[in-house]
Amino acid sequence: MSDVLLEVRNLVKHFPVGGGMFGGPVATVRAVDDVSFTVRRGETVGLVGESGCGKTTTGRCILQLERPTSGQILFEGTDLITLPAEELRVLRRRIQVIFQDPFSSLNPRMTIGQILAEPLKVHRIIPEKTARAEKVQELLAQVGLLSQHADRYPHQLSGGQRQRVGIARALATEPSLIICDEPVSALDVSIQAQIINLLEELQSRLGLTYLFIAHDLSVVRHISDRVVVMYLGKIAEVADRTALYESPVHPYTRALLSAVPIPDPKLEASREHTVLRGEVPSPLNPPSGCVFHPRCPIAEPRCSAEIPLLREIHPEHRGACHLA
Amino acid sequence: MASLLEVRNLQTSFSTASGVVRAVDGVSWDVREGETVALVGESGCGKSVSALSVMRLVAEPAGRIEGGQILFKGRDLLLLSDEEMRHVRGREIAMIFQEPMTSLNPVLTIGRQLTEGLEIHMKMAREPAQARAIELLGMVGIPDPARRLGQYPHHFSGGMRQRMMIAMALACNPSLILADEPTTALDVTIQAQILELLKDLSRRLGVAMLIITHNLGVVARYADRVNVMYAGRIIEQASAGDLYGDPQHPYTLGLLRSVPRLDEPRRAHLAPIEGQPPDLTRLPPGCAFAPRCAFRVERCAEAVPPLRSLGSAEHLTACWEAERLVNRAAA
Repeated sequence: MSDVLLEVRNLVKHFPVGGGMFGGPVATVRAVDDVSFTVRRGETVGLVGESGCGKTTTGRCILQLERPTSGQILFEGTDLITLPAEELRVLRRRIQVIFQDPFSSLNPRMTIGQILAEPLKVHRIIPEKTARAEKVQELLAQVGLLSQHADRYPHQLSGGQRQRVGIARALATEPSLIICDEPVSALDVSIQAQIINLLEELQSRLGLTYLFIAHDLSVVRHISDRVVVMYLGKIAEVADRTALYESPVHPYTRALLSAVPIPDPKLEASREHTVLRGEVPSPLNPPSGCVFHPRCPIAEPRCSAEIPLLREIHPEHRGACHLA
Repeated sequence: MASLLEVRNLQTSFSTASGVVRAVDGVSWDVREGETVALVGESGCGKSVSALSVMRLVAEPAGRIEGGQILFKGRDLLLLSDEEMRHVRGREIAMIFQEPMTSLNPVLTIGRQLTEGLEIHMKMAREPAQARAIELLGMVGIPDPARRLGQYPHHFSGGMRQRMMIAMALACNPSLILADEPTTALDVTIQAQILELLKDLSRRLGVAMLIITHNLGVVARYADRVNVMYAGRIIEQASAGDLYGDPQHPYTLGLLRSVPRLDEPRRAHLAPIEGQPPDLTRLPPGCAFAPRCAFRVERCAEAVPPLRSLGSAEHLTACWEAERLVNRAAA
């Protein structure tokens, strides 16, 4: 079996923006614009970027919650986009998701037990009720919850416990790939580390593969083997963790890293801060050439004319910058 | 240096369906002229309620300031009439909120929202107020300020709205700004812009600032002194340098250890604080952090540890076992 579990090839997702009541689309939001990357079996790939960079849309396209405009999503070599609905249903079981907000992603009228039994029922994994209840207990134990939690409702749990339920639900169908979309950013600092440790422990125990979507660069460095940096619908840089954080080649990655405050006042006082000018432009009307050029501290004339290709700068380290 | 704002033994509580919540339970801290002080803690620790209490904006009747003093330039704000308090709010103490979209009025122009305070507090006429508004927008880095006056908040991006909030806060030359999670809703690169702007302006204009945040990195970069809160109480109070260099409370130590840091080699495992955040309606009789604490002894469940000094008068900790913690860190 191949080493690559998931391959995203030339993924494009455009959202039409409507005109008047009867008018057709007047503009297009280029949410994801020609994105390609691979995720190997058993690894964690971090997908980072600021709001509107297309990281969540990329995740939703992989999950088939969003129909891509073009491109391929190859899961174990099978393109999910062209797969017939029935076959997709079977395969889709093996790709699960953990959402950011454990408040709004759990049904408030269902007990935790019912929430966890649902995927087992829907996917006909365990049709028999008593066996299902046993599996629910097993899932609860796996994520560090107690058996009595099965009878509680989401509002009776803390944020961290709710996120554990979200993780248990994702594990119910025994997936190979889990898309974690900002799984800790809504949690308190003291709880974040608990959830990150749990995700890592489950990964090594169950051989899971993660696509970890987040904006917190410190958390992404901790959990990821490789990191994809996105800006305005495009990939700016891809590298393994160490290379990306120690020798970033793209000026956007460098600016992102320098913007992260470090909890040490002495270090902060002596640190160089590159503060980026301006704001992320609208994806309705992205800048010409390199989409980052209006904010780039080292931009040259050709940056506004030519689109930089994502090219190999060092082995296994790709960047989309003319000047890298 | 003299205290500009001195909060003494503040107690604010809320009556809820599940009982009375002491959101702020006997808290004392101060802000001196021109400095930046941080209130740090996780959700529900009472940091925002502390700031709202200073502004006397705690939602009544559910919420109530039960006791204490809030001395601003020597006057107790809790004794002022509503009319007098209105002159303090916006004029002398301004507030910046986390979510700029919900704290700006969506149906008033940017210009109107800026000039309103100037006309009321500074008794300025329309024209000079407009001119001042343009100056303020320019000061916070909003391009083409004259044209912007006629626009509405929805025309602005999140970062621009936060700049606008800062302009509103600065409008009447206050001596103190309370900034409640001013950058939490913003992206990292915009967060850096806004914080640099706040720091630069507060320094240039000599405004003192209280930053309320859960982000330890932000505190390290911008605060002179820090108060760490847990379950409605201050558990450690120190200068930023001392707090990070020599934490004296297990909760502070736990917070610092639980976050991954970009400047350190990657660790195989994070060291989280075990357990769940406290339920404020059912706090244990002793130290609220005891159930999650690695340094817990019998006494912790019996009596609330007071804030005390281990030597330096500027560094206080509310832990019975602080000496053991400090010795272990030194060993």
